[in-house]
Amino acid sequence: MAVMAEPVVAPARRSSLWSRAFESRHFLGAMFMVPAIAILILFLAYPLALGFWLGMTDTKIGGAGRYIGFQNFVSLSKDSVFWLSVFNTIFYTVAASAVKFAIGLYLALLLNERLPFKSMVRAIVLLPFVVPTVLSAIAFWWIYDSQFSIISWVLIKAGLITRYIDFLGDPWNARWSVVAANIWRGVPFVAITLLAGLQTISPSLYEAANLDGATNMQRFRHITLPMLSPIIAVVMTFSVLMTFTDFQLIYTITRGGPINSTHLMATLSFQRAITGGNLGEGAAISNAMIPFLVAAILLSFFGLQRSRWQQGGRD
Amino acid sequence: MSNFDRRSVLKAGLGGAALLAGPGIVPVRAAEWTNVPEANASIRVLRWKQFIQAEFDKFAEQTKKFSEKTGVKVKLEAESWEDIRPKAAVAANVGAGPDLIIGTLDDPHKFPEKLIDMTDIADYLGKQYGGWYPVAERYGKKGNSWIAIPQGATGGCLNYRISHVKAAGFEEFPKDTAGFLKLCQALKKNNTPAGFALGHATGDANGWCQWALWAFGGKVVNDKNEVVIDSPETIAALEYVKQLYETFIPGVLSWNDSNNNKAFLNGELSLTLNGISIWTVGKNSTDPKQQEIAKDMNHAAMPIGPVGVPTEQQNVLVYYGYKHSKYPKAVKEYIKFMMDKENYDAWEVSSNGYVSPPLPAYNENPVWTSDPKITPFRDCLKRSRDNGFAGDLGYASAAVMGDFVVVDMFAEAASGSATPKQAAARAAERAKRYYQV
Repeated sequence: MAVMAEPVVAPARRSSLWSRAFESRHFLGAMFMVPAIAILILFLAYPLALGFWLGMTDTKIGGAGRYIGFQNFVSLSKDSVFWLSVFNTIFYTVAASAVKFAIGLYLALLLNERLPFKSMVRAIVLLPFVVPTVLSAIAFWWIYDSQFSIISWVLIKAGLITRYIDFLGDPWNARWSVVAANIWRGVPFVAITLLAGLQTISPSLYEAANLDGATNMQRFRHITLPMLSPIIAVVMTFSVLMTFTDFQLIYTITRGGPINSTHLMATLSFQRAITGGNLGEGAAISNAMIPFLVAAILLSFFGLQRSRWQQGGRD
Repeated sequence: MSNFDRRSVLKAGLGGAALLAGPGIVPVRAAEWTNVPEANASIRVLRWKQFIQAEFDKFAEQTKKFSEKTGVKVKLEAESWEDIRPKAAVAANVGAGPDLIIGTLDDPHKFPEKLIDMTDIADYLGKQYGGWYPVAERYGKKGNSWIAIPQGATGGCLNYRISHVKAAGFEEFPKDTAGFLKLCQALKKNNTPAGFALGHATGDANGWCQWALWAFGGKVVNDKNEVVIDSPETIAALEYVKQLYETFIPGVLSWNDSNNNKAFLNGELSLTLNGISIWTVGKNSTDPKQQEIAKDMNHAAMPIGPVGVPTEQQNVLVYYGYKHSKYPKAVKEYIKFMMDKENYDAWEVSSNGYVSPPLPAYNENPVWTSDPKITPFRDCLKRSRDNGFAGDLGYASAAVMGDFVVVDMFAEAASGSATPKQAAARAAERAKRYYQV
C-alpha cells in the first residue's frame, strides 16, 4: 500500500503549490506585469542602455568599438560645433515653446468661446498637426528660399522691400526661421490640449465669479489659470521634449547650416553618427541631451506635486 | 548635332569602337571572366535616385535584361544620395538589407571588412577596358584588394551662360583661377552673378570647396594622414574664395544641392558648379524660357590654380556588395553585366553623358562628342582627386566630408564670421578629432 501512496501524494503537493501561487495577489500581480515589463525592457530600456554604452565606446559604422570611458564627452567638451549645437537647441526650445504656449493658450481661449463655425475653426487649427512633418518642412524650405520665397515676393510687390530676404543664409535669420516653422507645427497640439483642459472647468465657477462681479482678467487669473495649471504643466513638458529633440524640420530645411548655426543636438548627433560614421560620438551627443530632458520632466513633476493641483488644492 | 537619337549614337559608337579596336586604340578583349551565379539567386539593389529619368529607365531596362539572361531576380530601388548613406551604414552594422549598393565616394572605406572582395571583377574590367583611372582605383581599392567597383562620377563642371560670359568681356572661358575671379567680378558688375553652394550641400559645396582648397596647394592631411589644413596655402585659398563670395548671388550660404539648378533655370544665375542635369532638363523642358537658357549655356572644367594641375573633386559613384548577401556571385555578375561596354555605352547615351566614365575605353562613346557641350564631362575622372587627398581614404576622410569641415571653413571665411586664419585653425581642430583616431 505504501508503494501506491507515494505517486498520489507527490503530484498533489505540486498542484497545491502551483494553485496556491495563483491564489496569491502578489504573484498574480507580478505575472500580469511580466508582458508590460518585457516590452519596456525590450523597446525602451535596452535601446537606452545601448545608447549609453555606445556613447562610452569608439564604435564606428560597421565595426565593433572598444570601451573608452568618458573620452567622447571630454572630446565634445572641446568641440566648438557641439557647444554651438547646445546653444542652438536651448534657444530653439525656449523661443519656440514660449511662443507656442502664448499662441496656443490664446487660441484655446478663443475656441472655448461661442464662435460661429466653431467645429470648422477647430479643424483648421489642427491642420498643421495633421500634415506630415517632412511635407511642412519642405513647404517652409520653399517659403524661405533665397530666390523663390513667397514672403519676399509679396513684400517686394507691396513695395516694402527692395531685395529678397536671406532667410536661411544668415545665422540669426535662419535660427528665427526654423523657430517660426516649429511654432507653426506645434501650436495645434498646445491649443487643442489646452482647449480640452478648459472644457473640464465647471461653468458654475465662472457663474459664481460673475455674481461676485469679477472682471474677465480676474476670472482668467483666479479660475482659468489655476484650474488649467496641471494640463499646462503636462502640455508644456511634452512640447519642450518634442522641441528639444526635433530633427526633421531642421534636417529638411537647413541641414544644420548656415555654418552650423541651426544645428541642434539631434541633427549633429545624426551627422556625426551616420554621415560621419562615428556612432560612438553620435551616441554621446544624444546622451548629452538626457540631462536637459530629465530636468524638464522633473520641473514639471515637482511643480505638480507641490501645488497639489490635481486634488484641487492650493499651494 | 541636335538630331541624333540614342540608337544612331550607339550604332555609330559600336561601329567606331570596332574600327578602333583594330589599331589598338580600344583595348582588345584580353581578360577572362568565369563566374556562375548561384541557382535561384535573388538580389536587392539600392542605387542613387536619378536626376535624368531616361537614365534610370535605361538602367531598369538593362536590369530586366540581366534577369532574363541569367535568371537572377533583381529588386531595384532608388534613394537620394543622402538617404543611401545611412541605409548603407545600417546594412553594414546589422548585416541585413540590400545585397548591392551603388553609393558615393568613400562610403565603402568606412566598413571594408563587411564587403565582398571585388578584386576579380575589378581586374577583369580594368584589363578589358584600358585600366582604371587612378582616382577610380583609389576609391575602389583598399590595400591590395578591391572593395568597390567605381561606376563613374556624376561629373561636375562649370555651367555658364555663353552670352553673359561674352558680355563680361570673355570670348573664352578662363582656364586659371585669376581669370576665373575676374570673370566672376565682371559678371557681378553686369548684374548677372555667379553662385556656388556654401550650405551643407554634399555634392556641390564639397565639390567646389575642395577644388579651391587644392587649387592653392592646401589640403586637409598630408600623405602621412597628419592634419595640415592650417597652412599658408589654405589661407591663400580662403582669401581667394572670400573675393569670389563677394561676387555671388545672395543666399548661397543656405544652398543645398538643388538650389543652383533652380536659380540657373530661372535665369537668375550665370555661372555655377553642377552636373549636366541643368542643361539636359532645360533642353527637354516644355518651358521656352528654359529651352532658351539651355541653348545659351555651356560647360567648362574647373580652372587650374597656382598648383598648376587640375584639382577637381568629383562625386564618384561606387558599386559595393555586402558579405551578408547569400548570392555574392550573382552580385558580381550583375555588376559585370551593367559595366560591360555595350550596356554601359547604351546607358550613357540615355543619360546624355551624366556619368563620367572610370575606364578610358568608355570615352569612345560618341555621346561625348555628339554635342561639344557634353564633352567637358567626359574627362571629369581624369581631372579629379579623391576626397581623402593627400592621405588615405577611410573613416576619417569620410567623417571630415560628412561633417562639412572644409565647407564650413570656407563659409566662415567667406561670410566674414571668422578671419581666414581663424577659419583654418578651427577646421584643423575639427579635422584632428577624426584623424587622431
